[in-house]
Amino acid sequence: MSSPPRKRVFPPIKVEPASTFLPGEREAVAEVCERLKGMPGALLPILHGVQDRLGYVPRDAVGVIAQELNLSRAEVHGVLTFYHYFRTEKPGRTVMHLCRAEACQSVGAAQLEFHARHTLGVEFHGTTADGAITLEPVYCLGNCALGPSVMVDNRLQGRVTPERFDELVAEARRRS
Amino acid sequence: MSAIRIFVPCDAAALGVGADETARAIAAEAKRRSIEVNIVRNGTRGMLWLEPLVEVETPHGRIAYGPVDAKSVPALFEAGFNSGNPHALCHGPTAEIPYFKKQERLTFARVGLTDPRSLQDYLQHGGYRGLKNALQMQPAAIVTAVTESGLRGRGGAAFPAGIKWKTVMGAPGPVKYVVCNADEGDSGTFSDRMLMEGDPFVLIEGMTIAGIATGAPRGYIYLRFEYPDAQRALEDAIVTARRNGYLGENIQGSQHSFDLEVRMGAGAYICGEETALLESLEGKRGMVRYKPPLPALKGLFGKPSVINNVITFASVPIILDRGADYYKHFGMGRSRGTLPLQLTGNIKYGGLVERAFGLTMRELLYDYGGGSLSGRPIRAVQVGGPLGAYLPESQFDTPIDYEAFAEIKAMLGHGGLVVFDDTVDMAAQARYAMEFCTIESCGKCTPCRIGSTRGMEVIDRLLAGEQPEKQETVLRDLCQTMIHGSLCAMGGLTPFPVLSALNHFPEDFRKSGRAAAAGHGG
Repeated sequence: MSSPPRKRVFPPIKVEPASTFLPGEREAVAEVCERLKGMPGALLPILHGVQDRLGYVPRDAVGVIAQELNLSRAEVHGVLTFYHYFRTEKPGRTVMHLCRAEACQSVGAAQLEFHARHTLGVEFHGTTADGAITLEPVYCLGNCALGPSVMVDNRLQGRVTPERFDELVAEARRRS
Repeated sequence: MSAIRIFVPCDAAALGVGADETARAIAAEAKRRSIEVNIVRNGTRGMLWLEPLVEVETPHGRIAYGPVDAKSVPALFEAGFNSGNPHALCHGPTAEIPYFKKQERLTFARVGLTDPRSLQDYLQHGGYRGLKNALQMQPAAIVTAVTESGLRGRGGAAFPAGIKWKTVMGAPGPVKYVVCNADEGDSGTFSDRMLMEGDPFVLIEGMTIAGIATGAPRGYIYLRFEYPDAQRALEDAIVTARRNGYLGENIQGSQHSFDLEVRMGAGAYICGEETALLESLEGKRGMVRYKPPLPALKGLFGKPSVINNVITFASVPIILDRGADYYKHFGMGRSRGTLPLQLTGNIKYGGLVERAFGLTMRELLYDYGGGSLSGRPIRAVQVGGPLGAYLPESQFDTPIDYEAFAEIKAMLGHGGLVVFDDTVDMAAQARYAMEFCTIESCGKCTPCRIGSTRGMEVIDRLLAGEQPEKQETVLRDLCQTMIHGSLCAMGGLTPFPVLSALNHFPEDFRKSGRAAAAGHGG
């Protein structure tokens, strides 16, 4: 007795989504790769290079970088997502890193964190609705005697009270 | 009359409280008054509560004024501060300020004194004398000097530097590396940053000596992204050193070659662990490696590598300059030399204090630190970063010594002291220690990756008052698993802040105690 022939099921073919690169981004990624790929251990310098240029590492950059370095996309994705600093979403015009570590906690970082989240209306890693500010947590800025500390783009700020924080936000909004 | 030299620090901590604005205000006000000034951007003296600390050079030495914000500049000129005249912000000669005078500055001898960008300043203040001696010596003799000095790794593990160097020196092959761990992630520490920004050449000199001693022609400084000012300082200094024959081929006409580059981290605490750092330098995820093989034999790109912390390398030039005996003469027991201690958190006079091992924590907290910033009693001090124990007042007489700290189940680590006053909730601190481990664990071993999450959950249940005795037993058991079963110090030391909080401050973990504290409005 033969069993009836099993119906064969084919999984649907996955179609690669269309490129989500914004104009100029692919060229920027390619240029950074070209410049740095000869370095030993080039992946981190390349990711830094891309983020320095574009403010983030577009998801589609993974494939380009993988090809340039002869790595798998999984390897590049793994590194990109391992490190807290690299981001795959476009940030606000100013990035504020707010220190959450112990030395800042001892002088009111938790209250500052509460204030920041409420006044900006975002959680950590979030960007304000007007696209002005992205709020990121950071674990020590090396300014532990003059906390609470915040880094506004690349500039360190010490003794940041909630009022000072509001000033920094206002300054950032004026700049952008 | 020649221009008056006025020093305004360019250290990030000083910039963070307005040093650039102060410098601009001084320049503008001097111009308005037609006074010729030469503003020098030095490193910080480490008396951070006085920042921006402005110094004026006079025939009687450098006179300190601080904190000087931009608004107080006109009044200072009015009082004649450019001649060193008295003012409410004047502290007299900088070198005579007790906080500074009572220190033993060996590694930080030049920080705050010189212009960090000036090689000439560096040479005038004793720079590159260690290298000059090293170039006359056999590599083995350099390693012997480092061993005899008793210098131990200042990053936290306190492993004798000379022994590590000897292993690398003895390893075969022409390709070796010198790697500097500048991933100073511990909260409560900033000595690496202060040194790199305030005296970058001393780190370059120390690494060059390490390269010559171990036969490694190439070095990397792995620096955290949180330190952009240090990156600029180091990169500028490397270019200057290269241009003047202190890096590159045939250093100072010798047959030795050594070159160096800065690589940036990307916000991963675990990359301060040496093997994770190597993985990261190789362009991979910062996952901890199994040991053995030791990095000294199979390190960066599989080659023998010397890995030391910034302060360790920066302490080498003075050892080669003044001799191992000079350095060894400082300190106590098996902790030789000096340690740059960092007074941070809720402390009145926060800053950097470099002293020989052997002084007590109490001296640091009260004689130097002046008690808490809030004026309330100091309740707990966390020493050695987020993996360090919380110490209660009863342990403040412990001397600063690696072995004395090990005895009380604590560690000196990188020399950071974070001060908390009596408003601190130690249960929250214990929970944070576990939370930090969940965020920063590399995920390679189970006790660290999963244990930290379970630890957070158990503490939450304990604080909610669900069968508290049982939860405490589970928590202690979990801590033992993490201590003994983790691959590296991340999981292995996270229990120390948790257990010390639980042992020394049990009242904070009891629901009734917490309710009472909340009732107090604290």
